[in-house]
Amino acid sequence: MKKILGSILLLSSIFFFSCNDAAKESGTTTTETETINPGGQSSVKDDESAKDVVKIAVGSADHSTLVAALKQADLVNSLSNAGPFTVFAPTNAAFDKVPKETLDNLMKDENKAQLQDILQYHVYVGSLKTEMMEDGQTFNQVNGGNITITKKDGKVMVNNSATVIASIPASNGIIHVIDGVLLPPANK
Amino acid sequence: MKRYYFKTHVVLIMTSACLLFLQSCKPKTAQSAAGGDASKSYVAPGKYDEFYNIVSGGFNGQVAVYGIPSGRLFRIIPVFSQAAESGYGFSEETKPMLNTSHGFVPWDDQHHIALSQTKGEHDGRWAFANGNNTPRLARIDLTTFRTSEILEIPNSAGNHASPFITENSEYIVAATRFSVPLDDQNGDVPINTYKQNFKGSISFVSVNPTSGEMNIAFQIRTPGVNFDLSRAGKGKSHGWFFFSCYNSEKANTLLEVNASQKDKDFVMAVNWKKAEEYLKAGKAKKQSVKYAHNVYDENTHTATSTIKTEVMVLDPADCPEMLYLIPCPKSPHGTDVDPTGEYIVASGKLAASIPVFSFTKLQKAIADKAFDGEYDGIPVIKYEAALHGEVAKPGLGPLHTEFDGKGNAYTSMFVSSEVVKWSISDLKVLDRVPTYYSIGHLSIPGGPTAKPHGKYLIAYNKITKDRYLPTGPELTQSAQLYDISGEKMKLILDFPTTGEPHYAEAIPASLLMNKQRKIYKIEENTHPYVAKGEGQSRVERKGNQVHVWMTAIRSHLTPDNIEGIKVGDEVYFHVTNLEQDWDVPHGFALKGANTAEILIMPGETQTLKWVADKPGIVPFYCTDFCSALHQEMQGYLRVSPAGSNVPLLFSTGTNKPAVTGTDTTKK
Repeated sequence: MKKILGSILLLSSIFFFSCNDAAKESGTTTTETETINPGGQSSVKDDESAKDVVKIAVGSADHSTLVAALKQADLVNSLSNAGPFTVFAPTNAAFDKVPKETLDNLMKDENKAQLQDILQYHVYVGSLKTEMMEDGQTFNQVNGGNITITKKDGKVMVNNSATVIASIPASNGIIHVIDGVLLPPANK
Repeated sequence: MKRYYFKTHVVLIMTSACLLFLQSCKPKTAQSAAGGDASKSYVAPGKYDEFYNIVSGGFNGQVAVYGIPSGRLFRIIPVFSQAAESGYGFSEETKPMLNTSHGFVPWDDQHHIALSQTKGEHDGRWAFANGNNTPRLARIDLTTFRTSEILEIPNSAGNHASPFITENSEYIVAATRFSVPLDDQNGDVPINTYKQNFKGSISFVSVNPTSGEMNIAFQIRTPGVNFDLSRAGKGKSHGWFFFSCYNSEKANTLLEVNASQKDKDFVMAVNWKKAEEYLKAGKAKKQSVKYAHNVYDENTHTATSTIKTEVMVLDPADCPEMLYLIPCPKSPHGTDVDPTGEYIVASGKLAASIPVFSFTKLQKAIADKAFDGEYDGIPVIKYEAALHGEVAKPGLGPLHTEFDGKGNAYTSMFVSSEVVKWSISDLKVLDRVPTYYSIGHLSIPGGPTAKPHGKYLIAYNKITKDRYLPTGPELTQSAQLYDISGEKMKLILDFPTTGEPHYAEAIPASLLMNKQRKIYKIEENTHPYVAKGEGQSRVERKGNQVHVWMTAIRSHLTPDNIEGIKVGDEVYFHVTNLEQDWDVPHGFALKGANTAEILIMPGETQTLKWVADKPGIVPFYCTDFCSALHQEMQGYLRVSPAGSNVPLLFSTGTNKPAVTGTDTTKK
């Protein structure tokens, strides 16, 4: 109950503040739009539809590092869009292979652009099942860089460095769980 | 008890919150209710909007008209879809509008709007609209807001890159989304012979400067790519047209994967002045095709459909220096030309940057032959040679760009749901605002012209989850209005739309509102079945066809008693609205009619065809609330069995009961 009361108080204070902003007639766009919708598309309340790529990742204990990174890179709303997306989703164990210092650095605000670049390299616009992929095929990822698929004996690898260990269909695309973090080619 | 206690508390807190809310924002305007600065979009009762917004209807096949900044919906103009509301596509006069080489096609998918221009500016004469599915172009008269003409496009499928317009309305274009075997070829070929058998077509449709009538001046045969969008050059680039092409891979299946294999597709630059020269020089070949051309005549109030059988085709192989390809990253969608005509902005919807090409550099590259080989015999310009620069990391999923005339461009970003404002000169991102959600097209009043009006930007969104009261599985699409008069874009209104808007244009109200047609003059009505007064109303039988010359005026129909109709008769109700008064249409509907009502404008004649299906009395009435006695505006038609000899009788006001009895039934 306390929680509910708290949120009501919070709500009323938001109302109060938004009014003040309007009264000032100089409220910035961000404050106004935040009042209209603080969360964007990812905050749409819907427990009935199939889960999108973000919700699946959030619900996976093996992807907490990825989810934290997506949040830090402001990609959560974009990936809640209609897509369709193919997300190559490194597991926590995959992220553990990256030196901790590197990872910590990427999570800093000043390195957001670099983090976005890396994460966008894990996303393709289009829903690709592994059976659609061919050996040697390249796909141009959201960040602009290409990945190369190798397919041998039913095993699908990305850039010869990460193996697809599971594929999970989502409402707005598909997630391929991979055991390595993909690094964008440097000379982009 | 506990719950009760809780509820009381909640109510108290809510009330005090509301009180605070009320106190702090006194009854200013409708402002904070919308969250944005609604006062800027508020148009007081009785006041007019600043702009007409002519908005495509997408899958409803129609065009909608809204006011900006209020977002009020004024009209849905029937264009490619039958409209039961008005009888468009149901009445005998309007059915020919929807005729095609495939017969009657009562629906289409309407995506883009082009308003007529003179010297690069809106002239307020016509709106052109594309039919995406069964390739068609429509012309809407902006004095009547009605569809005047529909032209089918041969050799085409999916008329998507259409109907973009040149700066003096010389041409509107129609470029095919699907490449297909040409209409005079045997199309019964294996689909995987796409590369050999499928071709693209771009049609240049001339617009008669006086009547607006459309005519396919020529087609250009192109490689079998998919054309997506287009813009005409303007100012210095007048004489050129730019088309975005995707699927340069020429994939015929799973384009989701196979049309995204190459790093770059193309923007096709067409020198249409050169094409005109080739046409004059006799370089075009006549091709045998079949397409419908449907024109509505405002005097006969009737459309006629003509099937045309020829088109002139220019083959790039015979016409050097007519086509060039500019490489463009990843499946370009919008290709938009800035107000000066110098910059061509191509949005690769899967690309990480927005390339901006320079017309001057393009001309130099052509002069210097700075080519990077050929694609199907068409020179490919070196990317860098035509490039002004790239907008780096603008957002995700860039689609379309509009301009404010102050050197700024505004690009919609589908994936990241935002509008990004950037500077054309230095390609720097200046501002970004979220849209709710998944923006497709965007529109700035005059945005595609040489002189944009700026001030507002309207975003057309595909997804509205959680934005409005939900209405089951299907939710409305939406428009969002931004004030762009300052440095920062400000969301000021969010309104639902009809159909699924794609592109839209907005035009100052002053260009249209004073030239609206109010009535059709009855003396100018040359409909073959017009009754120019009640004295001309009558019923005539020709075999099993019965023609009713009917009139409608407040508040009766003449005739309103009709007898002698037999089962199986085809009855044509030609209803003339005798009113000569603005905003007084009459409607006509008949019980059991398998079509729709007809709505007849003042001075107009429209015809509802109906086949008498069984003996009995069939009531009919006026459906448009016209007067205090609207509910009295009705009549009866008597249907007798097929062989009956009940005489043909018609009257208004005279068919009264016999004096001696109550039973008026004749035997």
